[in-house]
Amino acid sequence: MAQRTKNSVSRRRVLQGAAAAAGTLPFIHVPGSFAAEEAIGNFPAGVKAHSIFVGVTAPLTGPYSADGEDHLKGYQLAIEHLNEGTGLAEHIPTLKGKKGVLGKKIEYKYGDTQTQPNPAVQIQTGFITQDKAIMITGSLNSAVAIALEKLAQRYKVLNMVGCSGANETTGVDCQRYAFRSQPSAYMAAKALAPVLGKEIGKNKKSIYLVPDYAYGHSVEKSTGEFTEKKLGWKSLGSQVCPLGTTDYSSYLLNIANSGADVFVNVAFGADAVASCKQAKQFGILDKMKMVVPNISAFQGKELGPEIMGGVYGTMDFWWTLAETNPLAKVFVDTFNARFKYRPSWPAHVGYSQMMVWADAVTRAKTFNPLKVIAELEAGHKLQMPLGEVWYRKEDHQQVRAVPVVVGKTKAEMRNEDDFFKIVGLTPGPEVMPPDFLGCKMPSA
Amino acid sequence: MFNGLTLGALLVLVAMGLTIIFGALGVVNFAHGALYALGAYAGLVAYEYTGSFAAAMAAGAAFLLAVGIVIERGLIRLYYERPAEDQILATFGVAIVLVEGLRAIFGGLARNIPAPSWAAGIVNLRVTLYPTYRIDVLAIVGVSLVALYFILYRTRLGLIVRAGIEDQLMVNILGINVTRTFLTVFGLGAMAAGFAGVINAPIVTVSPDMGADVLVQSFVVIVIGGVGSFWGAVVGGLIAGEILSLVAMIEPAYSQVALFATMALVLILRPQGLFGVEGRQ
Repeated sequence: MAQRTKNSVSRRRVLQGAAAAAGTLPFIHVPGSFAAEEAIGNFPAGVKAHSIFVGVTAPLTGPYSADGEDHLKGYQLAIEHLNEGTGLAEHIPTLKGKKGVLGKKIEYKYGDTQTQPNPAVQIQTGFITQDKAIMITGSLNSAVAIALEKLAQRYKVLNMVGCSGANETTGVDCQRYAFRSQPSAYMAAKALAPVLGKEIGKNKKSIYLVPDYAYGHSVEKSTGEFTEKKLGWKSLGSQVCPLGTTDYSSYLLNIANSGADVFVNVAFGADAVASCKQAKQFGILDKMKMVVPNISAFQGKELGPEIMGGVYGTMDFWWTLAETNPLAKVFVDTFNARFKYRPSWPAHVGYSQMMVWADAVTRAKTFNPLKVIAELEAGHKLQMPLGEVWYRKEDHQQVRAVPVVVGKTKAEMRNEDDFFKIVGLTPGPEVMPPDFLGCKMPSA
Repeated sequence: MFNGLTLGALLVLVAMGLTIIFGALGVVNFAHGALYALGAYAGLVAYEYTGSFAAAMAAGAAFLLAVGIVIERGLIRLYYERPAEDQILATFGVAIVLVEGLRAIFGGLARNIPAPSWAAGIVNLRVTLYPTYRIDVLAIVGVSLVALYFILYRTRLGLIVRAGIEDQLMVNILGINVTRTFLTVFGLGAMAAGFAGVINAPIVTVSPDMGADVLVQSFVVIVIGGVGSFWGAVVGGLIAGEILSLVAMIEPAYSQVALFATMALVLILRPQGLFGVEGRQ
């Protein structure tokens, strides 16, 4: 819209000029490369002589702010490592011995989404239109992630999606320009169910506490599906509560008196902390087993082993993977040296998405989003802290292992960050949804 | 039903500071939620130093009284004569500064004040198990409301406050220092918010954003009860608590909806609120 006033030359003048030029200079050859590298989104306008720009968003206020700070640190570390050719960049074959991505320094700015889609879209729109972002990334909530996916599709700018656990992100709302690394609710539930069957048993009655948005309903649906089909569990219903609730007493009373054996708590971030703490106060944790399908970044630290000990769930990443995977060790050690604590999984999402993107760009040899998308869709397998990871062409969901964890008791903890034990690392191909969860990939 | 009562009691406590300040000074205090959070953090610091919940309560109240006095002298004083929009903007600004200050000092991670030892554990109420602390909260809220009521309605201070609202000039002519009284009232309102923060801390989590939800709830409570009315806040809080918990028993997804629907209904049928006085301000 602003473009109209920028060029005041009328259409008529342009046509006249073009006709004159065609008449006087009929033999000038149009270079082929110019036609091939057609402008798309912010390409090539966003590729400057020495740098490119990446727009980062994370919730720094609101119920997910603690997770958001961790997420942002993952991006900061990855960008430092890519610009200096250190950290994981030294271990990825395409990036080894190089500084920057395709020789360009990564510049970035970040903004606070306040855990809400509207500010997130505003900030990233600014990054895309003002700063000519070549890639956008970062979120901690599926409502935000999905809004940013649509934004990326509209502006034809690549989006390496941040944290988002809803099925819709790579299901019905999937976008050609967006790639999600975190396991979907479906994948998490499929990985979790066998462990629950083994540790808690079959034919149990369950009840759910569900935050009222895409993520909450996705997790409830998928967890219900797998525990019912595979374990014969029966759901006694769900307590649906708004995001950001502080007093859960009325929901918890229903749960306490439901007669269920298992309390599946889907609340996330500060909401998870408040609801778990209050569940303990209402005596729920003494008579039911608690399951948290997707455990928040600092749930162990904020609630302590008294509440989280013995709780089953999944996480995108947990730092003890560093004990078995040398690349995870590189990430955990460099992060710990830089920020003085062991990274949680939102940092891993940010860090690994930057590395996967840099690898794809390097292999594509261009920032042209169409070529980078083609490279990501080609399903090239990359060794990362979780083992081999790659993107699936049909729905842009990353195929990656899913860690299943259980909370440690105080006696089992070896250091101040040692809150969980990894009880399973389910390989990615085993948990992928065969039907792509309703994704109809739009064209670029 | 019983849970509605304890939930309501907490809402009354939280809304009280907001209604005192508006009722007496006509100031719409958008920093109320931030003062509540600040109180909880003051309590947290006191608790971590002394290990005593009573000390936390005292610290939360005393620190916020001081903060309230500073804010009134430094800022609010200049806004009594200005339109409500200016007051909202100024207090909203104070809220942002306070919340981000807390985040800068304490970080974004949720912290915890455990329930005091005399109120830890669970009581068996025959129909259900119930946390002891929430029952004790009923008593704490009751006592503090009675104390506030006496200060506002049975003392010379309360008399001056109420006279000052009616005709500030006349009270001044009579040789009474209204400015100092207004200062006390704002301090009291801030103190009530801080106290509510400490009392809520063992139930909710202590984080810089903990007041955001509270501000909205407080407004709902005092709009239902009647803005600026002491009894309005009490009745509004109890009604809100009952609505939240009774609707949640039937259909949890609609409990918040029901609360806001009730507020809308009150606004349509009795715009001044159940206990409000028509035509003030």
